[in-house]
Amino acid sequence: MHHAVVDRWSHGHSLLHARDARVKLLVLLVFLVALATARVSALTILAYSFLLAAAIAVARLPVGGVLLRACVVLPFTAVFACLSLLAGEGSRALALAVRSYLSAAAVLVLAGTTPLPEFLRGLESLGAPRFLVLVVQFLYRYLFVISEQAQHMRLAACSRGAARGPLGPDRARFRAASGAVAVLFARSYARAQAIHRAMLARGFEGRIRMLSAPRLTAADWLFLALGILISLAPLAGTP
Amino acid sequence: MTPLIEVRNLRFRYEDGTLALDGVDFELFPGETVALLGPNGSGKTTFVLHLNGLLSGEGSVSVCGLTVEKKNLAAVRRKIGLLFQDPDEQLFMPTVLEDVAFGPLSQGLGPEQAAAEARAALEQVGMAAAAGRAPYHLSAGEKRRVALAGVLVTRPEILVLDEPTTYLDPPGQRELLRVLAGLPQAKIVVTHDTLFARALAGRAVFFERGRLLASGPVEEITQRFGWAPAPLVALR
Amino acid sequence: MHIPDGFLSPPVWLSLDVVSVLALGYVARRAQRGMEETRIPLLGVMGAFVFAAQMINFPVGVGTSGHLVGAALLAITLGPAAAAVVMTAILAIQALVFQDGGILALGANVMNMALAGVLAGYLPYHYWSAGRLRKPAIVLGGLLSVAAGAGLAVAELLLSGVRMPAAVLGVSAALFLLTGILEGLITLAVVRGVEALNPGMIRQPSRTRAAVLGALALAAVLLAVGGVLAASQAPDVLESLAERLGIAPQARALLATPLADYEAQVFSSPWLRKAAAGLVGLGLIYGACVALGRLAARRKRG
Repeated sequence: MHHAVVDRWSHGHSLLHARDARVKLLVLLVFLVALATARVSALTILAYSFLLAAAIAVARLPVGGVLLRACVVLPFTAVFACLSLLAGEGSRALALAVRSYLSAAAVLVLAGTTPLPEFLRGLESLGAPRFLVLVVQFLYRYLFVISEQAQHMRLAACSRGAARGPLGPDRARFRAASGAVAVLFARSYARAQAIHRAMLARGFEGRIRMLSAPRLTAADWLFLALGILISLAPLAGTP
Repeated sequence: MTPLIEVRNLRFRYEDGTLALDGVDFELFPGETVALLGPNGSGKTTFVLHLNGLLSGEGSVSVCGLTVEKKNLAAVRRKIGLLFQDPDEQLFMPTVLEDVAFGPLSQGLGPEQAAAEARAALEQVGMAAAAGRAPYHLSAGEKRRVALAGVLVTRPEILVLDEPTTYLDPPGQRELLRVLAGLPQAKIVVTHDTLFARALAGRAVFFERGRLLASGPVEEITQRFGWAPAPLVALR
Repeated sequence: MHIPDGFLSPPVWLSLDVVSVLALGYVARRAQRGMEETRIPLLGVMGAFVFAAQMINFPVGVGTSGHLVGAALLAITLGPAAAAVVMTAILAIQALVFQDGGILALGANVMNMALAGVLAGYLPYHYWSAGRLRKPAIVLGGLLSVAAGAGLAVAELLLSGVRMPAAVLGVSAALFLLTGILEGLITLAVVRGVEALNPGMIRQPSRTRAAVLGALALAAVLLAVGGVLAASQAPDVLESLAERLGIAPQARALLATPLADYEAQVFSSPWLRKAAAGLVGLGLIYGACVALGRLAARRKRG
């Protein structure tokens, strides 16, 4: 499961892993805004690439893995970069490629050093709407479980696909696929009802209560200050 | 001796009209462990869902002297700890500790106290080291034990276990048996595993088609209804 | 179409972040439907379902296959408010864990797919779900959910100065149309499949209103999307308008400048101000979040 990779990274140990999710998010946002507003020049490209590389090293994440996963944005970017090149705007093509790729890598550093539930807890204490945050939490909890179910069904649908229907094999496969999705829907819905019963059995009365969020340490504040300063530093070079 | 649980003439119909329970009488006495045996679809799980009010039918159900009805549900659910068949339905929080703490938090304990109780319960089932882990990283046996901790943490007086040995390998089953045998609460165990029932339960009841047919010692019930484990012979 | 970071210009992503936050606040309250937090597990699990369902391939001949997007399906089965919350949750996970869509651009993606896409996917079903028009309504919902989302995305990119010559736009439009029809067909097939298993799972929409109202609402949504698209293709119109109104050159630069040249033009200020602009914007979003939360809490208690 591809998301399992990032999930595994997030349970590692490093100076970055140990920092509070809130400060990491704030530093990421500043970094992303800086990337979005900086003028794309050799200096800024080098500076931000270096900062990211340093972050990856401190976080003890696999460099190749991070750089590879960040390539997810490249197909989309390539299309528009080519269009810009064809229109004679090479600088814009470069800007698109650099900004999208470095931004994706930066998000990966956050995701790879922060288990999602911790991140969500931080979001909520920063003021994000609780209802939405908890839905994301439950989604993530069951993402793996239901994806595995779908994986099995996909294999089953594929193997059944050789059947010939009146409009040919594709039509039969289409029907098998929609049947599989419908069954997955029904099972997921039933699972949600079972979860609700389990919650009631353990005393749920309308509000999901959680344990308290950890406190911010001196190291967290230091990281916040440093992170913001370092992210904005390359901008000082441009007029 | 007054029974902890008293069920009289319980009837229940599903939405589509099928009769799931057809006049069931049942009693659970303090300290005893009762095994619920019977074929799939005979109503065993439906029956146990009535004990803490997750389903409600006709007839009467009372738990520790309280009638199981809307106004008593919160109190009844404190008395009964229900372990569901599928641990993934029960472990719905992101980490083990948060999940086990769900019960105490819902019952009004403060976060620090709930966390402490949760750690103690995890210690009891031997899963204290897994406190910060996510449920999908655990094996079936580990999930089962964490779910059990989540049920024990609120110190219920009665334990109801729905097919607890499902998904467990033999060592897992033995470990579960060891933990359960050491618990003082009265227990109801829904199970297909006759050996497990024999090891844990003092009494068994047999369900068939929504009716409770008989009650008696485990050995006697299994023999009478052909539920004893017979050696399987491969036909050549 | 999930827009990554680095494509949208600051005014675009910033304003969409603010609007999305405000809209989500309203939508989340509606999704709760007075049931406090009881619906959360259902919404979370159905979000996981959509994610997983996207792995299943639907062959459409000529060796290609599509997959379910899910906005219309969720809207029909859970209701539009809940569907919007679920889609937002999905987009958030996609952005964070899969880098599919940017973080600063999340507001734009939410607007396109979780808000406009869900609404467009729901309206035909809401008005025409009774009677003979039911099946076409579901297909139309699927089609519109994709078209609205894609149309808005293209508009946002154009507004940000990303180059898209007419030929490319034409090809994109054709692709979106095909993807949309496929989505409609898949949605219909799945809805029928679910109904066959358990009719209770598809929510019945409230009493039918006049079909005319439905047509009007749809037209409004389409016009909004079309209008933005048209406006974004003519940045020079905006510029001349600004000149006529006598807005300062800086404002003009803000409106019409493509992203790479944002700082290179008239807007020459120290780096602090540039970064601060973005940060102030984020501060606004944060403030809106907190204020909304407090407002919702006060209204509930009052």
